[in-house]
Amino acid sequence: MTEEVDTGRRHFLTVATVATGAVGAAFVAVPFLASWKPSARAKAMGAPVEVYNSKLEPVAMLKIEWRGKAVYIVHRTPQMLAQLEAANAVLRDPGSAESDQPTFAKNAARAIKPEYLVLVGVCTHLGCAPLDKFTPGDVTVSADWQGGFFCPCHGSKFDMSGRVFKNVPAPLNLPVPPYQFVTDTRILIGAEKGNA
Amino acid sequence: MRIDRHKKKILAFVAALAALPAVSLAAGGETHVEKANNDIHNQASLQRGARNFVNYCMGCHAAKYVRYNRMAADLGLTEKQLTENLLFSGDSPQSTMTNALHADDGKQWFGVAPPDLSLIARSKGPDYVYTFMKSFYADPTRGTGVNNLSLPGTAMPHVLWELQGTQDAVWEGHTDAQGNVQKHFKEFKLASPGKLNPEEYDAFVRDTVNFLEYIGEPVQARRQALGYWVIAFLVFFTLLAYALKKEYWKDVK
Amino acid sequence: MSTADKVAAKPGSGRLASLTAWIDERFPLTTLWKSQVSEYYAPKNMNFWYFFGSLAMLVLVIQILSGLFLTMSYKPSSAEAFGSVEYIMRDVEWGWLLRYIHSTGASAFFIVVYLHMFRALLYGSYQKPRELLWIFGMLIYFALMAEGFFGYLLPWGNMSYWGAQVIVSLFGAIPVVGDSLTEWIRGDFYISDVTLNRFFALHVVAIPFALVFLTIAHLMALHEVGSNNPDGVDIKKVKGPDGIPLDGIPFHPYYTVKDLVGVGVFLILFSLVIFFAPTMGGYFLENANFDPANALQTPPHIAPVWYFTPYYAILRAVPSKPLGAALMGVAVVLFVFLPWLDRGKVKSIRYRGPLFKFFLYSFAISFLALGYLGMQPPTPAFTMASRVFATVYFAFFLLMPWYTSVDKTKPVPSRVTYHAH
Repeated sequence: MTEEVDTGRRHFLTVATVATGAVGAAFVAVPFLASWKPSARAKAMGAPVEVYNSKLEPVAMLKIEWRGKAVYIVHRTPQMLAQLEAANAVLRDPGSAESDQPTFAKNAARAIKPEYLVLVGVCTHLGCAPLDKFTPGDVTVSADWQGGFFCPCHGSKFDMSGRVFKNVPAPLNLPVPPYQFVTDTRILIGAEKGNA
Repeated sequence: MRIDRHKKKILAFVAALAALPAVSLAAGGETHVEKANNDIHNQASLQRGARNFVNYCMGCHAAKYVRYNRMAADLGLTEKQLTENLLFSGDSPQSTMTNALHADDGKQWFGVAPPDLSLIARSKGPDYVYTFMKSFYADPTRGTGVNNLSLPGTAMPHVLWELQGTQDAVWEGHTDAQGNVQKHFKEFKLASPGKLNPEEYDAFVRDTVNFLEYIGEPVQARRQALGYWVIAFLVFFTLLAYALKKEYWKDVK
Repeated sequence: MSTADKVAAKPGSGRLASLTAWIDERFPLTTLWKSQVSEYYAPKNMNFWYFFGSLAMLVLVIQILSGLFLTMSYKPSSAEAFGSVEYIMRDVEWGWLLRYIHSTGASAFFIVVYLHMFRALLYGSYQKPRELLWIFGMLIYFALMAEGFFGYLLPWGNMSYWGAQVIVSLFGAIPVVGDSLTEWIRGDFYISDVTLNRFFALHVVAIPFALVFLTIAHLMALHEVGSNNPDGVDIKKVKGPDGIPLDGIPFHPYYTVKDLVGVGVFLILFSLVIFFAPTMGGYFLENANFDPANALQTPPHIAPVWYFTPYYAILRAVPSKPLGAALMGVAVVLFVFLPWLDRGKVKSIRYRGPLFKFFLYSFAISFLALGYLGMQPPTPAFTMASRVFATVYFAFFLLMPWYTSVDKTKPVPSRVTYHAH
C-alpha cells in the first residue's frame, strides 16, 4: 500500500529546518567574525597616553606615539596665536569645518588651551610626518613663510594650527586627536573629557 | 575452552583494577587533600579573594595573564573601586597583574622564583591549592622555619602565619615488615593562634582560592551560562531535523 | 513505484535554471550533483554505525575553520607560544570558544574515526572491492595521528614538551640511524623553538592539505564501488528494470536528511563538552599543560593524549625499547592488511560464526583496556595486564587467516534486511 506524499508537510519541515540551520550558522559566524575586533591587549596598547607638558618651552614641540601614530604637542607663543587670523586667506579650510577633530577645534586656534596645540602628525595627503618649521621667514619652505608645518614628501604646507594651505596636495587640515587636560600640566591624549 | 580463556582475561583485568588503590598509595606522597568548596559565582567571595591576593600574594607572585579592568568588570567592581583598592601606583586599569619581583631576584632569595599564579588552579586544582595554604607547619630544621605537607621542601615561607597562627604536624609511627619505623601524618595541632580562628582562616583561604580559580579561566561563568542557550537551540534543531527525517523516510519501505 | 519517483523534481525557476545551464556548459555541476548525490544509490538499511563518515567530514571542517582562526593569534615561538594561547583565551574576543572548539574537536575527531573504523570491522567494509577505500582510510588515520602529535606541541605546555620529547626519542631506538634521525626531526639537540616552528608548519599547512586530498580520494573510491551495508549484501546484484538497485535509495534526500539528525546529536554532545566540561577531567586538556614547558621538570606522569594511549600501552608492555617501538608501529600498521588477513567469504558480523565474534569483541575490549592502561603509571600489575591485552590485540590480526577460514558462517541473504523507521 502506498500513501500519498504530504508535500505540504515536507515543504514546511524542509523550510523550517533549513531556516533554523541558517540561524544556527549565523550564530556560529558571530564568534569567528567578532574575534577580529581589537583584542583587550590591542585596546590596552591603544589606551590614552599621558603627556606632561610643564617642561615644554615656547616654540618647542613634543612628539609622542599614540595608537601607532605620531602626536605633536606645540607650545605656541602669543605672537603665533595673534597671527593665526592673518593667514586665513591662503588656507583651504580656515574655519576647520571639514577636518577630523573634536568639536572644540572648529576654529582658528583648534585647541582647548590655545597655547598648547595638539595635532596628529600625519599628513592628510599620503601619511608622511610633517616637519616643524615654526620660524617665520624660513626660506627653505617658501619666500613669505609665516611659520607652520611643512610636509617633505610632496610639499604640502600647514599653518601654526595645522590648517592646510590652498594649492597643495593635502586636502584637509591636520587631524586633532581627542584629548583633555587632566591637570594644567598633564594632557591625556586619546580621550576627551567625560570619556576617560 | 576458548570461552574460559576469555573469562580468565576478564578476571585478570578486574584483579588488576582492584589492586589500583594499593598501587596509588604505594606510589608515595601524602594524598591528604581537602575540598575547597568554593563557588566562582559568588562575587562577594571573589572580591575578597582579589583583595587577599593583591595584599598578601602579589609581592612575590604575579598573575601576568590577568588584566585588571576585565577582572574588575567580572567581579562587579567599578573602575574607581579597582583603582582605589587593588591597583598599585604606576599600574593602569588596562595593564596586567605583574609585580616588581624579577625572576632572578626571586631565585636568589628563595632558591626558586615564585611561580606566576595565573593558571595554578587549572594546573593543580583548587582543592590542592586550598590544602596547600592550610598545610604549613613549624619545622625548625628549615631556613623559613616551616615546611608544607602538600609540597614537602617548599621554598615558600608561611606568608599567612599572622592570620592562621602556627601549627605543628603530628606524626604517627609504625614498624613495617622490614623492622623500619615508618612515620606518616596524623593531624595538625595549632601551636599558637593567629588573628583569625580556624573557620575564619578557612574562609579566607577559600575566598583566595576562589579568586585563583576565577583567574585561571575568567570566562568560566559566562561559558556555562551561554552553554544552556546553545544546547537548547541545538535540541530544537535536532528535533526539527528528526521530524524532517521521519517524514521523508516514510517513502522507504 | 520506486522511492526515487516519490521525490518529485520541481522545475527550476526561470533565472536559476538558466544560471545552472550556463554553469553546466562550462563545469559538470549538475552531472556531479546527480552522480554523487541525488542519483547516487546507497543501501537503505544503513544503521547507527553509518553516521560516522559524514561526522568525520564535519569535524575536519570544524578543525580547519577553528584552526585557521587560532593561527591568526597564535605565535609559534618557544618564547611566546604559551602566552599567546592565554592571550587567545582571555584577550581575543571569543578566543576562548575558538580554542575549546579546536581542542574538543581534536578528541572528537578520534572518537568519530575510531567508531567509523569499527564499523568497517563489524561489516567487512574493507573486503574486496573496497581494499583501496580502506587503504585511503588508513592513510587518513596515519595523517590524523601525525596531525594530533604535531598539534599537541604547539601550546608549549609542560606535557606538550615532554610528550614530544618521549615520542621523538623513540626514533632513537632505530639501530644505526636512530640518533641522527632524532636530531634531524628536532632540528636541534633538544625539543626547541626550531622544533616548534616546523611542527607548526606541518600542523597548519602540510597535513591539512594531505587530509583534504586523502578525504577526496577516499570518497571517490567509495563512490566507485558504492557503500557497504550492515548485511554485507551487494545491492548492485539485484536491480530493477531501470537499472537502479532495488535495495538502494538516492543519497539525497534520504541520507542528507538522516545525516542531518546525526549532525544535530553530535553537535549537542560536542557543545556539552565545550561549554560545560572543556577539559573533560584532564583527558581533553591535560592539567600539566597549564604549566609552561620546563626542560628541567618532568610532569609526574607523562602520558600521551587518550587517543594514543592504546599504542602507548603496547610500547611500555615490551621490556626492550627498540622492540617495543617496533611492536607499537606494527600494531598501528596491521590494520592496513585486514583485507588480506580476512579469509572469510562473509562480510557482516551478522552472518559470521562464533570465532570471529569472539575475536572481534575481545579485540574491542583489549583496545579499550589498553587505552586505559596507557594512561596509568607503569606498575608491575598494569604492565602484566598490558601484556595480556596486547596479546589479544595481536591475536585478532595474526590469527585471522585461520579463524576466518574455519569459522561456521550463516547463509547470507540476497536482499538486505530492513524495517521501516
